[in-house]
Amino acid sequence: MAEQDNLKEFTKGIIQYNPLFVLVLGLCPSLAVTTSVKNGLAMGGAATFVLVSSNFIISTVRSFIPREIRIPCFIVVIASFVTMVELLMKAYLPPELNASLGIFIPLIVVNCIILYRAESFAYKNKPFVSILDGAGAGVGWMLSLCLVSAIREVLGAGTIFGLKVSGSYQPAPVMIMAPGAFIVLGLLLGFFNWRKLRKSEKTMREYMKHD
Amino acid sequence: MIKEIAVIIVSVVFVNNFVLAKFLGLCPFLGVSQKTSSAMGMGVAVTFVMTLSSAITWIIYNYVLLPGDANIIALIFPSIRELGLIEVLKTISYILVIATLVQLVEMMLRKMAPALYEGLGIYLPLITTNCAVLGVALLNTTDSPRHLGFLQATVQGFGAGIGFTVAMLLMSGIRERLALVNIPQSLRGIPIAFICTGLMALAFFGFSGMVP
Repeated sequence: MAEQDNLKEFTKGIIQYNPLFVLVLGLCPSLAVTTSVKNGLAMGGAATFVLVSSNFIISTVRSFIPREIRIPCFIVVIASFVTMVELLMKAYLPPELNASLGIFIPLIVVNCIILYRAESFAYKNKPFVSILDGAGAGVGWMLSLCLVSAIREVLGAGTIFGLKVSGSYQPAPVMIMAPGAFIVLGLLLGFFNWRKLRKSEKTMREYMKHD
Repeated sequence: MIKEIAVIIVSVVFVNNFVLAKFLGLCPFLGVSQKTSSAMGMGVAVTFVMTLSSAITWIIYNYVLLPGDANIIALIFPSIRELGLIEVLKTISYILVIATLVQLVEMMLRKMAPALYEGLGIYLPLITTNCAVLGVALLNTTDSPRHLGFLQATVQGFGAGIGFTVAMLLMSGIRERLALVNIPQSLRGIPIAFICTGLMALAFFGFSGMVP
C-alpha cells in the first residue's frame, strides 16, 4: 500500500497534474527554449535537478522555517541550487547549448513550478515523498517541453534531434520564432482541454445510461 | 545622448518587446489581463519595480560582483579583486533585491491605493517571481552584449516595463471582447489567449529591423 502511494506521488506530476498542460505553470521557459528537442531536454533536466534538491532541503528543514518568512527562505534555497546547476552546465555541456538556453537557466529561480511544489508539498511533507514529488513534477515538465519542442522543431526547422525529417519538406521558420511558440502551445492546451471535455462527457453519458 | 535613450526605449518597447519577443513575464500577462483597469495597475507596478531594480542591480553588479578595483568587498578580502563574485552570487543577490522592492511596493500600494491593492491580489507578491523583472536585471548586466552605463541600464528597465504595460493593455482589450464571443468550448480561456498572443507577436514582427 505504502509503495503504491509513493509511486502515486511520482506519477501524479506527469499526467494528472502535469505542470505545463494541466496547471499551466512555467510558461516563459516552456516557450523560449523549445526551439529544439535538445534544448527542451537540457532545460527540463536542469529544472528537475533544482526541483528534487530544493524539495529535499526544504522538507528536511521545514520545521525550522517560520511561516511568515517562508517564501524568502524558499527562494534563497532555490537560488543556491540554480547557481549550482548553472555552473555545472557551463562546465560540462557544449557552449552552444548553453548559449541557446541563455538567461533562462538563471531564470529557473523564478520558475513558478519550483516555488509551487515547495510551498504546497515540500513544506508539509517528509523528505522522501518530497523527492518523489519533485522528480515527478520535473519529469512531467520535461516530457511536455519535449512534446512542444518536437512539434516546433519538425515544423520550423524540418529536423528532429538535428536529423533531417524529410528531403522535400520546406520548413516554416515562423514556428521556431515567437509567434509559432504561442500558437503551438495554445493549440496543444486546446487539444488537452478537448480530450478532458470528451472524457467527462463520456462518463456522464454512461452514468445516464446506468440510471 | 537623447537619441541613444530614444533608441533604447523604442527597441525594448516595440522591437524586442519582453512579452511578445522574449517570452518574459507570461504568467501575469495571462493572469491579470482580463480587465483593462487591473492590467494597467499591474503594468504600472511592474514598471516601477523594474526601473528601481535595474538601477540597484546595476550598482550591485558594478561595485560588488565584478572583479576589479571598484569592488567594495575587495577592500576587506583582497582575493575578490581578481576573482569577483559574479558567478556565485548574481542570482541570489538579484532575487533578494527584487523581493525586497516588491515588499516595498506592496506596502506603499496598501497605504496609497487600497482599491488597486485589492484588485491585484495574489499577483502583487508574485511580481517577485515575474521572470521579466529578473530577466531585465540579467540582460542589463551579465548577459548584455556590451557594458551598459547606469543611465542606459535604468532606461532599459523603464522601457521594458512600458513594453510590458503596452502588451498587457493590448491583450486586455482583446480579452474583454473575447469574453462576448462564441468560442469552441475547449479553446476558451488560456488557449485562445495564447493564440491571440501569437497573432500579436506576428504583428510586432513588423517592427523588427527598425533598430540596428
